[in-house]
Amino acid sequence: MPRLTLMALQVLVAVIAIALWHVLTTVPVGGKPLLPPFFFSTPLDVAARIYRWFSTSSVWIHLWVTLVESMLAFVIGSVAGGLVGFWFARKPLIADVFDPYVKMMNALPRVVLAPIFALWLGLGIWSKVALGFTLVFFVVFFNVYQGIKEVSPTVLANARMLGMNERQLMRHVYWPSALSWVFSSLHTSVGFAVVGAVVGEYLGSARGLGYLIQQAEGVFDVAGVFAGMFVLAGFVVVIDGLVTLVERRLLVWRPVAGETRA
Amino acid sequence: MGVGGAETEHAAGRAVDLADVTIAFPVAHGVYTAVERAALAVAPGEFVAIVGPTGCGKSTLLNVAAGLLAPVAGRVTVFGRPLETLNRQAGYLFQSDALFPWKTAIDNVAIGLDLVGVDKAEARGRAQALLAKVGLAGFAGRYPHMLSGGQRKRVGLAQVLIRDPKILLMDEPFGPLDAQTRQIMGNLLLDLWSADRKAVLFVTHDLEEAIALSDRVVIMSAGPAARIIGEWEVALARPRDIAEIKLEKAFHDLHREIWHVLRSEVMKSYAQTGG
Repeated sequence: MPRLTLMALQVLVAVIAIALWHVLTTVPVGGKPLLPPFFFSTPLDVAARIYRWFSTSSVWIHLWVTLVESMLAFVIGSVAGGLVGFWFARKPLIADVFDPYVKMMNALPRVVLAPIFALWLGLGIWSKVALGFTLVFFVVFFNVYQGIKEVSPTVLANARMLGMNERQLMRHVYWPSALSWVFSSLHTSVGFAVVGAVVGEYLGSARGLGYLIQQAEGVFDVAGVFAGMFVLAGFVVVIDGLVTLVERRLLVWRPVAGETRA
Repeated sequence: MGVGGAETEHAAGRAVDLADVTIAFPVAHGVYTAVERAALAVAPGEFVAIVGPTGCGKSTLLNVAAGLLAPVAGRVTVFGRPLETLNRQAGYLFQSDALFPWKTAIDNVAIGLDLVGVDKAEARGRAQALLAKVGLAGFAGRYPHMLSGGQRKRVGLAQVLIRDPKILLMDEPFGPLDAQTRQIMGNLLLDLWSADRKAVLFVTHDLEEAIALSDRVVIMSAGPAARIIGEWEVALARPRDIAEIKLEKAFHDLHREIWHVLRSEVMKSYAQTGG
């Protein structure tokens, strides 16, 4: 399908959804709208709220705080997950010993950790970074572990026949292979970093998009909740776009589906 | 000097010498013997082809010669020296894709020089020259997935040759390619080989390919416990053209003679594996 047609169709979905929302919340059917604006707000109210946030510049500080928390969680979580994943993959005994604990920790819903982090690290950004960290860490950890385990035995044998020692194997074989898995999970791990930050803010903070939404909810300000959600969605779309750019740059060697020649 | 000294001297005349090599693996119920007491020597400059039915352990034998696998019995010597770790004199061209997918063609070829600390610019220069030799001068910047199967084999060949190994081990290298490409690759290989005559151990299941390329054809029996059951000198003149040599009478006579022995082993192998 041509790009333009596709984009037109994508925009059309948003237009129809918003139009439907508008009609259902403003056009009276038998005296009152089908969806009470008190619970569902209206597109115009939400748009006005978003406009006000940006025109008075009050939203920037919240965006900035959420961005900083997400990026810190992403970077620290990726580095730690990568190192531990590398270590486990190269030392099968350690991996076997820790296996049940890793599974246990990964299965734990992270929300229950939020109060603990708030107690330990206070209500500032670090309790949110910690929450995002616990999410990002496991995504990167599992991918690096897999990336090293799944190096083709033929490629490995070839590398050894070409004369690679252990250090050179790391640099030329294990590391690029692991990196490719990490980058293919970049969207997930960046997304999780944002989730950790926002949920942390929602549960207790004085700044950030999660805080904005939580404040609005606390006073039954539905327009504020929706406005916060839309700003958050836009924020995530922008970050995801940046990730795609980075990915294209770094994974040039990877075949795109259908591009490989026999 | 005792008997051992004389033996060493004798073995020094061989690039690779597999003496009574037995290869076995532990399996669920006991031990699986892949190759039983195989004796095989390759002289410097000699092109030897190993032919056998599928699953007869010919690749396993090659892995022993490469030092990737240790035999349970027998001795492996390389230019007179017992092989204890990897065979540093040998280059190995694998059956399946062994290129580094995250490196471009030229980086894949140059890696053998990078590893031993050759200057980066010099390594690239030599890699480019070798790529030109295998007919890929214009493909230096491509990643493996952007190359066809035949082109990837050419890069693989260049990757192995850049280290200038004295021995070339090849495990059905042209197996996955189509018939025409195989012929072209065969001629390319003979071309490159005739320049400096490395010792070659070439594993294939294709008898025609084996005769067309080699100086000597070695036939293995069907596994398990495969043995070497015959050897034939290929007295066809060089330089050869793979497509043309297959039309000669001497080629046909030799093919018929070897096939007579090989056929029964192939049938045995089919009977065991169900085809």
